[in-house]
Amino acid sequence: MNVLNFINAFFSDSAHWKGYDGIPTRLWEHILYSLVALGIAAGIGLPVGLLTGHTGRGGNALSLIATAARALPSFGLLVLMFVVLGLGLLPVMIPLVVLAVPPILVTTYEAVRSVDPSPVDAARGMGMHESRILLQVELPVALPLILSGLRSAAIQIVSTATIAAYVSLGGLGRYIVDGLYQRDYEKVVGGATLVAVLALATLGLFWAVGRLAVSPGVRRSN
Amino acid sequence: MVSSGDFCQTRRVCGVLIRIDSVTKRYPDGTVAVDRLSLDIPDRSITVLVGPSGCGKTTTLRMINRMVEPSEGTILLDGRDIMRQPVNTLRRSMGYVIQNAGLFQHRTIIDNIATVPRLLGWGKEKARERARELMGRVGLDASLAKRYPYQLSGGQQQRVGVARALAADPPVLLMDEPFSAVDPVVRKGLQDELLRIQEELGKTIVFVTHDIDEAVKLGTMVAVMRTGGRLAQFAPPAELLSEPADEFVEDFLGADRGIRRLSFFPSAGLELVTAPVVATDSTAEQIAARDTPDAPYLLVTSPDGKPLGWSEPRNLTAGEIDPAQLLSYGRPFVAGTDSLRAALDCAVLSPTGWAVAVDADGRVAGVVSQQTIAEAIRGAHKESTSEAKALR
Ligand SMILES: Nc1ncnc2c1ncn2[C@@H]1O[C@H](COP(=O)(O)OP(=O)(O)O)[C@@H](O)[C@H]1O
Ligand SMILES: [Mg+2]
Repeated sequence: MNVLNFINAFFSDSAHWKGYDGIPTRLWEHILYSLVALGIAAGIGLPVGLLTGHTGRGGNALSLIATAARALPSFGLLVLMFVVLGLGLLPVMIPLVVLAVPPILVTTYEAVRSVDPSPVDAARGMGMHESRILLQVELPVALPLILSGLRSAAIQIVSTATIAAYVSLGGLGRYIVDGLYQRDYEKVVGGATLVAVLALATLGLFWAVGRLAVSPGVRRSN
Repeated sequence: MVSSGDFCQTRRVCGVLIRIDSVTKRYPDGTVAVDRLSLDIPDRSITVLVGPSGCGKTTTLRMINRMVEPSEGTILLDGRDIMRQPVNTLRRSMGYVIQNAGLFQHRTIIDNIATVPRLLGWGKEKARERARELMGRVGLDASLAKRYPYQLSGGQQQRVGVARALAADPPVLLMDEPFSAVDPVVRKGLQDELLRIQEELGKTIVFVTHDIDEAVKLGTMVAVMRTGGRLAQFAPPAELLSEPADEFVEDFLGADRGIRRLSFFPSAGLELVTAPVVATDSTAEQIAARDTPDAPYLLVTSPDGKPLGWSEPRNLTAGEIDPAQLLSYGRPFVAGTDSLRAALDCAVLSPTGWAVAVDADGRVAGVVSQQTIAEAIRGAHKESTSEAKALR
């Protein structure tokens, strides 16, 4: 009996590929939770990071908030949210978003701050509006670093989204929680493997996005 | 008194485009970077702001395009207060070039140059066509259009910076130490290119440098600034060299300002002599006829007039002149085109003390002695002093 046997047994059992508890359903649920959480976190972290990075103001407050947010344990937050809000998607989303905002916010801020000031000065001197300077001069150069912040946030979300199962939701956490409860270690290992594979796929996805979205001029100059 | 027409001719400039009127800049930390500066920047010429580091050159330049707001005083562009114009409209009417070019690394060269036309709403193709035209104008090969900035040398990047600033054909060009970060050979090329572009396009250029040689070479007018942001002197370079306003300017100009000043005197008035010139195919009589006590040496040329070298007359035998036996003639100067400084340099470098003057094709136009050059220098000094008095 070893881990590989568990994995083999789990994935070769055709019952695991069908129905509401089948791999495709659980995988899709997991991806959906992750996408929603990442979307909300990016919706908060990116604009705030871009603006504070561009103006250079609020950097200290920002890193303070980020440090505090990092100190919050996701599972503890989940329990708290469950007590306050009851069952549902919201108590799951809040800890995931709290987890993901700091890396996005801080790297985006740092990425924009570290853009070479001379092209920005040149752009301003030739009469470019501030919004255009941010989006067309700073963002394209800061993009690789911003993507790396999004990537680490995404990986953390994917691995932490398993907690959804504790509040009766789906996702790959179901296999781990149920497997532990049923002492079905095949299921536990199978679920954990799927989470790991999804994390690797996320890495691959970000690599591809980087190839497509980052200008060759930036990729080579850094 | 001289009429303004004469003024235009002697100074090569006409109206005032930018008037800086007792402008002071005090930064929030209390630093007074510019102190009651007044400067009339003439139209269609290069005005250089020069001075030691920290004397307020950059601050002055950046107040012209409102990158820095003056604390006191006004700046007029073509008679209108720049504070009364929309800031981005003002900036788009002024090209801006900075020290490290400040290119957009994510954009190709052609798209870097097309930036301002695109900001002004030109179509992509029209803007790129204009950018291609400018690449030629600043001496960039068309094959570089699709490259990214990291693929270019520092000098090439600076050319792109100049092309980008010129793209929307602004009447004014502001340049902040644009050539300071490149090596001397490349810098000389860029300076010559700028003078050529200025000649062709007639832009009003405000150029900041800490290098007095660059200032003297490029400036139609040179404003020397001193620490504390005050103007020490504002004059054409020749006048700066001949009559520095005070000790500070004199020190800043350096030790050899007398020699450098000669760059502004043309060699056209030099009296060239052709008596001590013989060709390899000259006859014995011709050589004998040219052997005069005034000229202890004869210059030998090829039959088509190219200089070969100097020789004492008694060492020359008609029909048997061996170019390898001749004394070097040094570096000749181009009669009329080169300055008295070039002529003097040739005479000093020549082993005989005589300078060789050639025409544009490199054929000998005559020779001239150090004494003759010295007399011409004295004459030119006298003339420029009386001219300066007349202008006042
Ligand atoms: N943003 C700023 N805040 C405070 N002081 C400044 C600022 N920019 C420049 N200075 C100061 O103003 C003076 C003039 O600076 P600057 O115009 O850059 O000089 P230069 O270009 O001649 O070297 C210097 O003493 C410099 O330290
Ligand atoms: Mg400066």
